[in-house]
Amino acid sequence: MLTCKKATRLLSAGLDRPLTPGERFSLRLHLVFCRGCRAFRSQIGLLREISQSFVRWGGDDKP
Amino acid sequence: MVKFARLQLQDDAEGEDVVQEAIEAALGGIDRFAGRAALKTWVFTILRHKIVDVLRTRGRTVQVSSLGRDDADMDDTFDTLFNANEHWQPDCRPRPWGDPHAALEQQQFWQVFETCLDVLPARTARVFMMREFLGLETDEICATLALTASHCHVILHRARAGLRLCLTQGWFGTEPAAC
Repeated sequence: MLTCKKATRLLSAGLDRPLTPGERFSLRLHLVFCRGCRAFRSQIGLLREISQSFVRWGGDDKP
Repeated sequence: MVKFARLQLQDDAEGEDVVQEAIEAALGGIDRFAGRAALKTWVFTILRHKIVDVLRTRGRTVQVSSLGRDDADMDDTFDTLFNANEHWQPDCRPRPWGDPHAALEQQQFWQVFETCLDVLPARTARVFMMREFLGLETDEICATLALTASHCHVILHRARAGLRLCLTQGWFGTEPAAC
């Protein structure tokens, strides 16, 4: 069973490379039971959105 | 923009040069653009391309400092969120952020975000920006900085975990400050 710490590593890696079927399976199973890691997943995804908005607004002059 | 370019290129003069070039390139075709926000976006897009070009030209010549103490500090902080079994400490378990999209509309949120980027160790911030601001693939980042793929993933994970915690504490306030 995946630990939360390892799950966060896979969640981050999943934003940068395709996960293997084994990794996807263990992660999916872990997420069913772990709301902390579900929140972590959504927040690192939001970091990507936030970064894109940041760049869109020119880095130093926001709306 | 200059700060961003300097950090990415690790060279003050070269950073200023690419910003200058980007602005000139943007002004060269100014008649195609209406509105201040659109112009800024456009200049930044040109700047990103110029930075990527410079990084690609430089290839592997970029100096990479070894893992600093700051990285170790970040890892220690991350470790304290977990118990001995590597599961979240009950108090430190991530909780959903309240209305994150509303935050993006607020000037102060961006100040917090910039501060969170500023406090990351320089190389960690740089790798994060190459990935999330410039949109480079991990392979390319690894090659440019002469890092192994697994090291790149470690750095990106460290950056994300650090920024997540920093925004949680600095803006969303959904977890106790002790975490």
